[in-house]
Amino acid sequence: MDYAARQQGLSAIRRPLMKRIADASAPYLYSAPALILIVTVMLVPLVLGVSYAFRDIQLLNPFSGAFIGLDHFRALSQDEAFFRSLRNTLWWTGASVLLQFTFGLILALLLDKPFRGRAIAQALVFLPWAVPSFLAGLNWAWLFNPVVGPLPHWFYALGLMSQPANILSDPQLAMWGPIVANIWWGIPFFAITLLAALQAIPRDLYEAASIDGAGAFQRFLSITLPFLAPTIAITILLRTVWISNFADLIIVMTNGGPADRTQIVASYIFTQAFKRLDFGYASAIALVLLALLLAYSLLIVILRQWLLSKD
Amino acid sequence: MRAKSAFLTVAHRLAILAYVAFALFPLFWLLKVAVTPNDLLYSEGIRLWPSRASLEHFDFVLRHSAFPVFFRNSLIVSGSTAVVVTILASLSGYALSRFRFRGKYWLVTLMLLTQMFPLVMLVAPIFKILSPLGLTNSLTGLVIVYTAFNVPFATFLMQSFFDGIPKDLEEAAMIDGATQFVAFRQIILPLTLPGIAATLGFVFTAAWSELLFSLMLISGNEQATFPVGLLSFVSKFSVDFGQMMAAGVLALIPACLFFLLIQRYLVQGLTAGAVKG
Repeated sequence: MDYAARQQGLSAIRRPLMKRIADASAPYLYSAPALILIVTVMLVPLVLGVSYAFRDIQLLNPFSGAFIGLDHFRALSQDEAFFRSLRNTLWWTGASVLLQFTFGLILALLLDKPFRGRAIAQALVFLPWAVPSFLAGLNWAWLFNPVVGPLPHWFYALGLMSQPANILSDPQLAMWGPIVANIWWGIPFFAITLLAALQAIPRDLYEAASIDGAGAFQRFLSITLPFLAPTIAITILLRTVWISNFADLIIVMTNGGPADRTQIVASYIFTQAFKRLDFGYASAIALVLLALLLAYSLLIVILRQWLLSKD
Repeated sequence: MRAKSAFLTVAHRLAILAYVAFALFPLFWLLKVAVTPNDLLYSEGIRLWPSRASLEHFDFVLRHSAFPVFFRNSLIVSGSTAVVVTILASLSGYALSRFRFRGKYWLVTLMLLTQMFPLVMLVAPIFKILSPLGLTNSLTGLVIVYTAFNVPFATFLMQSFFDGIPKDLEEAAMIDGATQFVAFRQIILPLTLPGIAATLGFVFTAAWSELLFSLMLISGNEQATFPVGLLSFVSKFSVDFGQMMAAGVLALIPACLFFLLIQRYLVQGLTAGAVKG
C-alpha cells in the first residue's frame, strides 16, 4: 500500500468526525468576531454601568469608588431637574414623533404617485436624512439666530413676535427649536419606510376598488391604511424609543437650557457624565431610564397580546 | 372632471415643491452665509443671496484653521469603521443567512437588544474601560466603539442581501470541491457587491455623524473629529459665522456623496424586504 492510498484511507475514516465538528462550528466561527466585539464593547460596559449606579464614582476624585447603596436614587428622588427632564422627554418625544410621522406619511403618499422628475425630487427631499445630526442642530440653531438667520425676522414680519428674537433663549418656546430641527431631519426616515410599504401594496386592488366606484379617500381608508398599519405600528414604536434617547440636537442647539427647559433625560445623563464627570450619578439616571423604557416595551407587548386576543 | 384632475395635479406638484424647499432651505442658507463676505453679513442680513459672493471663508478654514486635521481624522475614523464593520457583518450576516444553528436565536436576540437600549448609558463605563488602555483621546478607540455600535444593524442588512442570492450557487461550487468559505469568498461576496457598497455607505454616514462618544472620548485638538472640532470652534469663536458655516459645508460633502451613491438602494432595498415579508 503506497503512501497516497493510505492517506486516502485514513482521511476516509477521519473525515466524518472532523467534518461534523467543522460543520457544527462553522456558523460560530463566522459570527464570532462580531459577537466578541458586541459583548466586550456593549454588554460588559452595560453591566459595569449598572454597578456604577450603586457606587460613588467621580472621575476627578481619586478617593471615590466606594459602594454607597441606594444613595444616588435617594438623591434622584429629590432632584427637581430630573423630574423636569422626564416631563420634557415626553413632550419632546410626543411632538417629534407625531409631526415626523404625519409629514412623513403625506410625503410618502405624494411620492407614491408616478410623475416626471420623481427620482430627483425623492433624492432632494431625502437629503436631510444624510446630514450629520450635529450639523443639522447647528444649522437650525443658526437659522433661529437673529444675527445670521432669517426665521426670527420672518416671524416678526408675520406678527408672531414683537421683535426678532431667538426662540432658543426663550424658556417658553425653546423646546420648539430642537423639535423643528428633529422634524426636518426625521421626515425622510418615515417617508422612506412608508413609501417602501406603499409600493408593496398590489396595484390591482386599487383598480378593482375604483371599478367598484370607490373614491380616492375611500380607497385610502379601506386599502392603503389597513396595508400600512403594521409598518406604521412598528416604526412608531421603535422610533419613539429611539427619539426619546436622541440627545444630539438638544446638546448642540441649547445644551439643555435655558434654565433646563429643553433638558431631556438622555441629555441630562450626558451632562452629568461629560460636564460634571459624575459617572455614578449619571449611571443611576441611566438605570432609571432603562427601567422606564423596559416598562414601555412591556406595555406594548401586553397591548399587542390584548389586541390579538380580541380578534 | 378634467379641471378637477388638473387642479389635483397642480396641488400635488406644489406640495412636492414645498417639501423640497423645506428640505433644502437650511442647507441653502448654510451655503449662503458661507459665501457671504464679512462686511456684508450684517448689512444684508436676510437677503437670499449676497450682492457679492466670495470664497474667503473657505480659504481661511482650509489654510489657517485646524479643520483639515479634523476632516482627516473623521475620514480615517469613518472609513476604518465602515471597512471593519462591513467585513465583520458580511461574515456574521452570512452565518445568519445560510446556517441553522443552536445559538442563532440568542445571537439575533442580542443584536436586536443592542438596537433598543440607550447608548448614552454606555458613555461613562466605556470611558472608564478605555482610559487605562490608552484608548481615550485616540482614533483607534473611536473606531473600536463605533464598529461595535454599527455591527448589529449592518449584520441584518448583509443578511438580507445574502438571503436574496440562491443557495444553489455555492452548493454547486462545493460539489466541485470548494470549501464553503472559498465558495463564500469567490462566488457569494462578488454577487453582493451592491449590498456591500450600501453597507459601507450606511456605516460611514453613521460614524461621520456620531457626536456624544467623540465628545466624551476625545479631548485634544490633535485627535478631534469633525463634530468635536466644529463644536469647540462654535463655543470659542461664536461670532465667526462665515467660517463656521464654511466648515459646516465641508462636513456636509462626504455625507452627501455617500447619500447620492446609496439613495437609489434606499427604497428598493426596503421594498424587496417588505415583499419577502
